[in-house]
Amino acid sequence: MLKTPLAAIHEGSGAKMVEFGGWWMPVLYTSITQEHTAVRTGVGLFDTSHMGRLIVRGGDDRSFLERMVTNEVASLQNGRARYSLVTREDGGVIDDILIYADSDHYFIVVNASNCETVLSWFRDHIKPDDVTIEDVTERLAMIAVQGPAAAALVKPMITGCDASALPYYGFAHGSWKGAAVVISRTGYTGEDGFELFIDPAHAAPLWQALTAGGAKPCGLGARDTLRLEAGMPLYGHEIDLEHNPIEAGLGSFVKLEKGFFVGRDALARIRQAGPARRCVGLEVNARRIPRAGHAVWSGGAPVGAVVSGTASPTLAKNIATAYVPAELATVGTALEVEISDQRHPAVVVKKPFYRRG
Amino acid sequence: MTSPSNLKYTKSHEWAQIQERAATVGITEHAVSQLTDLTFVDLPRVGDKVAAGSRFGEIESVKAVADLNSPLSGKVIEVNTALASDSGLENLSEDPYGRGWMIKIELSNPAEAASLLSNAQYDQYIAGSEH
Repeated sequence: MLKTPLAAIHEGSGAKMVEFGGWWMPVLYTSITQEHTAVRTGVGLFDTSHMGRLIVRGGDDRSFLERMVTNEVASLQNGRARYSLVTREDGGVIDDILIYADSDHYFIVVNASNCETVLSWFRDHIKPDDVTIEDVTERLAMIAVQGPAAAALVKPMITGCDASALPYYGFAHGSWKGAAVVISRTGYTGEDGFELFIDPAHAAPLWQALTAGGAKPCGLGARDTLRLEAGMPLYGHEIDLEHNPIEAGLGSFVKLEKGFFVGRDALARIRQAGPARRCVGLEVNARRIPRAGHAVWSGGAPVGAVVSGTASPTLAKNIATAYVPAELATVGTALEVEISDQRHPAVVVKKPFYRRG
Repeated sequence: MTSPSNLKYTKSHEWAQIQERAATVGITEHAVSQLTDLTFVDLPRVGDKVAAGSRFGEIESVKAVADLNSPLSGKVIEVNTALASDSGLENLSEDPYGRGWMIKIELSNPAEAASLLSNAQYDQYIAGSEH
């Protein structure tokens, strides 16, 4: 099992640790709901050093990436990041990624559990020889600072760039106490915030400086409840090889008009015909928490399944995402979710469940 | 932390306070701290039969769902219905050995108590399971 440069800090502070995507990660420090609320109302800190990081450079790296991802790469300006899917020929999702356009390379953040898969998919597929792909995951720590108070905390710490002036999905090179930092205005929580990339040797002191500045350490538990409220997909739940971006509700990140990319033909057919099922948001009226795998019922028959669910700390409601037939995906549709042999009323609601004010 | 010495324990993190032919049952502070953020407890009804080592209910937190297993066999004679509310769940988080009690059982086989763990054995067990 792999350990991030911050694992000793997590263990030393009494965090509950779990294996996630091959990494030994904190699931919570004190309480998922307390950590969640810290991010919604103040500032929270996440070790995301498990995320896979790749550098693609050389030759016509732009055209290569354009053929490998669903979103448009050509229009991505230097200093900006863009969300995209990587799909198979049949439209099934291999991973969801962030592509950062830097001066002489593309920097790509992939899911920890998919890093090897994406790396070999990119390397073995249709890569020209002069494009190189490097796995730099273990050469960079990654820390997410998220919440309405994130900008005020980070801005005075990072020199060489103005963190608070970064646009959403913008990034810049700066430094912290002389160490090079890449800072991007990105995150996975639905709040304002930043992700910092730094040499592993400086990760622990940077983490400690951020906590000393008031950021609350948060684990993967809160990361999951925050992203679910914010309507963001998690690989292995809303998206996987068996689900395509159109039915997942991620069609706006699929640019058919840009020309060829792997999966384009299949996704064009699906968009034309309309997907047979859709990933919907549900509010479930139950004391019990809907969880992945729970059956969704309509008219006395099972029609689908929950893919993510939680007790939403912000809304104080039980929420879920679920795949259901397209004709049952309209907002307001009454459904039922089966939890522990009992069916509970649920209603299709608009995603995201939470949008920051 | 040291578990109370007047209670008996299971490896599935329940406790029992045995008084002659009756026992009060709950879950340990360790169990509560492992679950965190409790949302729901499902308990049996008065009159239901429970069996040592078998499921008598379910507890849920934001993080996970876990079975509640009875330390001893018998008939349920009292249920802490306060745990059905959010304030009751707070009692369980704050005071698992007191206000967070779950059920009282009239024991059908008090000799079963001999197979339960003492507080020292339980504390040693959870210390070992954390490595």
